[in-house]
Amino acid sequence: MRPKSLVGLVVAVILVMAKIMWADADTSKTRTVVIGFTASQTGKLNVEGTRQINGLNLWIEQVNAAGGIKLPDGTVIKVAAKFYDDESSKSRVQELYTKLINQDRADFLISPYSSGLADAAAVIAQQYNRIMITAGAASDSTHKKGYTVVYQTYTPASRYLTGAVDLLAGLDPKAQKIAIVYEKDKFCTDVVNSLTSYAKQQGLQVVLFEGYDSGTTDFAPFINKIPAKVDAVMGGGHFADTSTLARQLYEKKVNTKMIALLVAPPEDQFAELGDAALGVIGPSQWEPLVAYTPEAANSLNIAWIGPKAGDFIARYRSKYKEEPTYHSAGGYVAGLLLEKAINQSGSTATAKVKEVLDHLDIMSFYGRLRFDQTPAGHGLQVGHDMVYIQWQQDAQGKLVKQLVWPEAVKTAAAQPIKAR
Amino acid sequence: MQFLASLIDGLLLGFVYGLAAMGLTLIWGVMSVINLAHGAVMALGMFGTYLMFTYLGVNPYLALLGVAGLGLLLGFLMYTVAVHRIINAPHLSSLLATFAVNLIIVGVGTAVFTTSPHNVDFSMGSLSLGRIILPPTRLLAALAAVGFTAALYLFLCFTRPGKAIRAVANNRTAAELMGIPSAQVLALSFGLGTMLAMVAGGLIATFFPFTILSGGPYELKSFVICVLGGLGQPLGALVGGLILGGLEGLIPIFMPVSWVPVVEFGLFVLVLLIRPNGLLGAK
Amino acid sequence: MGMGRRTGFWLPVVIIFFWGLAVLVLQDDTLREKVFTLFMFVGLASSLNLLLGYSGYISFGHIVFFGLGGYSGFYLISQHHWSIYPAMLAGGVLSATLAGLLGLAVLRLRGAYFALATIGINEAARALVGNFGPFGGATGLYVNFATYQQYGGAGKALWLTFILLWLTILIILTVSFMIKDSRFGLGLMAIREDEDAALVMGVGAARLKTLAYMFSAFFPGIIGTLYFFKNGNVEPGDAFQLQMSIEMLVMVMLGGQGTVLGPLLGAVTYQGLRGYLLTSPIFKNLHLAMAGLILLLIILFVPTGGIGWLRERLPRLRKVLE
Repeated sequence: MRPKSLVGLVVAVILVMAKIMWADADTSKTRTVVIGFTASQTGKLNVEGTRQINGLNLWIEQVNAAGGIKLPDGTVIKVAAKFYDDESSKSRVQELYTKLINQDRADFLISPYSSGLADAAAVIAQQYNRIMITAGAASDSTHKKGYTVVYQTYTPASRYLTGAVDLLAGLDPKAQKIAIVYEKDKFCTDVVNSLTSYAKQQGLQVVLFEGYDSGTTDFAPFINKIPAKVDAVMGGGHFADTSTLARQLYEKKVNTKMIALLVAPPEDQFAELGDAALGVIGPSQWEPLVAYTPEAANSLNIAWIGPKAGDFIARYRSKYKEEPTYHSAGGYVAGLLLEKAINQSGSTATAKVKEVLDHLDIMSFYGRLRFDQTPAGHGLQVGHDMVYIQWQQDAQGKLVKQLVWPEAVKTAAAQPIKAR
Repeated sequence: MQFLASLIDGLLLGFVYGLAAMGLTLIWGVMSVINLAHGAVMALGMFGTYLMFTYLGVNPYLALLGVAGLGLLLGFLMYTVAVHRIINAPHLSSLLATFAVNLIIVGVGTAVFTTSPHNVDFSMGSLSLGRIILPPTRLLAALAAVGFTAALYLFLCFTRPGKAIRAVANNRTAAELMGIPSAQVLALSFGLGTMLAMVAGGLIATFFPFTILSGGPYELKSFVICVLGGLGQPLGALVGGLILGGLEGLIPIFMPVSWVPVVEFGLFVLVLLIRPNGLLGAK
Repeated sequence: MGMGRRTGFWLPVVIIFFWGLAVLVLQDDTLREKVFTLFMFVGLASSLNLLLGYSGYISFGHIVFFGLGGYSGFYLISQHHWSIYPAMLAGGVLSATLAGLLGLAVLRLRGAYFALATIGINEAARALVGNFGPFGGATGLYVNFATYQQYGGAGKALWLTFILLWLTILIILTVSFMIKDSRFGLGLMAIREDEDAALVMGVGAARLKTLAYMFSAFFPGIIGTLYFFKNGNVEPGDAFQLQMSIEMLVMVMLGGQGTVLGPLLGAVTYQGLRGYLLTSPIFKNLHLAMAGLILLLIILFVPTGGIGWLRERLPRLRKVLE
């Protein structure tokens, strides 16, 4: 071996050793946790899925820009994201989450968008004992299967439309009959089943209860079955079908006092329906109009975390050039929750973080968050409440979104639907 | 009241179903090929109307003529590229070849249009007949479907190419012996079949939202209709369409709407078993 | 069974045997998930081949047996707390029974009519299950997580499912070869070539076809139960995807219908191709269109599939490739 190459070798060895030692020194102070998730970048859920990921990415960017999560023992935790496209398909989700856990060594998981996909991912999370925060998944049933490490950020489906029944009573105390037309999938079925039992409890009569297949475009058979003089039409499903339902209800001149539909009404795009959107009410997990404040948290005697609503909206808007929706807020809050739990437990170990999450009771711009601790419904969201929006006309006759329920946050009084 | 409203809604839609199925049945009748790209072609018709309406401002009913022309060309192309080579091979080949075309159309369509729903934003308000309320677009669609059916019949009965198609459908070998260029006739029939599918798609686009995948359910309905009316019989398809539309209107009166497909497809299998030549077909 | 034919039998079985064994030895969970999906399609394609390849009957809605068998097996596990072993057999037996009953009726139809009927059966079954109370209707069924405890925890249960699937595939390949090598198989192939001639020659076509249909339905029922057990839940939309039926057909065609090795080769190639197209930046958005183009080229220019093509080109390999 020539001297020149010997020198080179020595230098290389020193460099490698230095790198190892430096890295060692580094890990004692700064560590990186990997957050794994799949995103529906293609397929039928891509719009909502992308917004959720935008929210989550905004949180990651902010947390790292602020220097990471600082633990009491001085360790700094940086956050790295690892994700794949799940094509909105269940069979891909399980394969990818297994990969995230085993190959990419994800420490924590965030669920994909939609109850169906989150449900498939939850099985894997539980099998490998990784904490998973579900975002964009409202189904109650995921939390009735004995999972212990899955936590929900959305108000569960069972409380999606029950507020609409109270709202109806406020609108017309004599209201009696409601018709329910809903998409036959897991989420909507959970919603309308609890809606029905709550409505009956309140002395209402469910005069029509019909489910339609996902992807339905012709609602005439359902609308023809709605008896005359119903006081409210409730139900719907996801964006596309619910918009179509709203439009066809208008074209068929269905006269009723209230129309409360799932998912679509809070979207700004819904206003494109014009007159068919006027008066339609919809539940939302969160709206930019909703103002939860640190003061509100104080009065409830619980901790406040994260930015104020105004900050979140401004940052989101400047990064993505669009208004945040509740999907975006859900993604962001999933990150916030992890940050809080890691910080408070001073650890990234599943058992310790889980211990904190189990007993967490906090408020952020998104509202209050608390989880069911009982084995029968572990991880179910019990702190957060829905808000209801209604499309109303302003003085110029333009369609505007108003918050109409609950009383504490409303920006306008609910109005009955005009005769069609 | 509900009875009448439901039945009218169903029958009006039935005309459009019938028109779509006619495209499928024509191709089957002439060359014994089941076109599994039928649904994708219908979706292309929807997008054709959408693009012409949204970007060129063409009235959707006028746009149908453009869509029809494109359909004819697309049919020629599909026949030449994918079907001609295997026209005499076993059924599996043509089923899979047309399915491959279906994949190509859906794949390119997904890349271009994504799978979010599109809408032809063309509302004509609501039409009230007594207490029955109809969107006029459905009425016009039914009329257009009848118009196209009539035109097809005139073409098949009174023009030379039309007569040639009937001759080839009847007996290809004999027709060839009589000097009819069968390859051209087959291409023309395939063109007409896809044309009808695209026009039906264009009509549907005037009242329902759609994605590139929306053709699928109508393709399945077209199968049911073809079997009800007898595979290979254009007029049977129209009648089959009306039967199916009527059923879709009437079944919900007696049971939950979600049972409609159970009855539809159950009936379909039953008819296949008992009268494979269709309810109207010769035994 | 001559020396060459023996190799033809051993080749696919040995491939799957060592493949599964390698996964078991490596104990890599990610690899297991990948291979599970792959094996599942190998099993489904090989099952379909028993009908399509040997008798020439095109079942376009074959996934119905995966769905219904899987649903029944899963129902027994989730509602009646059966263990996976009897439940998967029950799923298979139920599928086969159903195929027997349906077969008596629809197998009288030929060619495209039969293909259409199978699509109808799939759609009717999907709609029916969506309205069927005991199967949970539209929301489907699920198992409580505690169920996996009886297999030593979820991790063990996943490995168990993999091993069961692996064994099932080995059995399918064996049966596939045994049928091909028997009088039964000969009868089926006579039907494929010319059913009327076969009838004249005294082949009991109705009985043979129905039997082949039952065999080709039995295994998807087992695979379905295993798949849903692994998922922990089942919904109508997942169980009866017409798309999957067609993917099965494509795999059989790709590898070569009527051969034992073909469906295996087809499934592996198709899945590999799909994975490549999905991750390639150029084809990501066009992967469906590319899959279509490849399928079209195969049908137009290599109608006998990969194995068939090899057998035509390299006559010496005929003895080895079955």
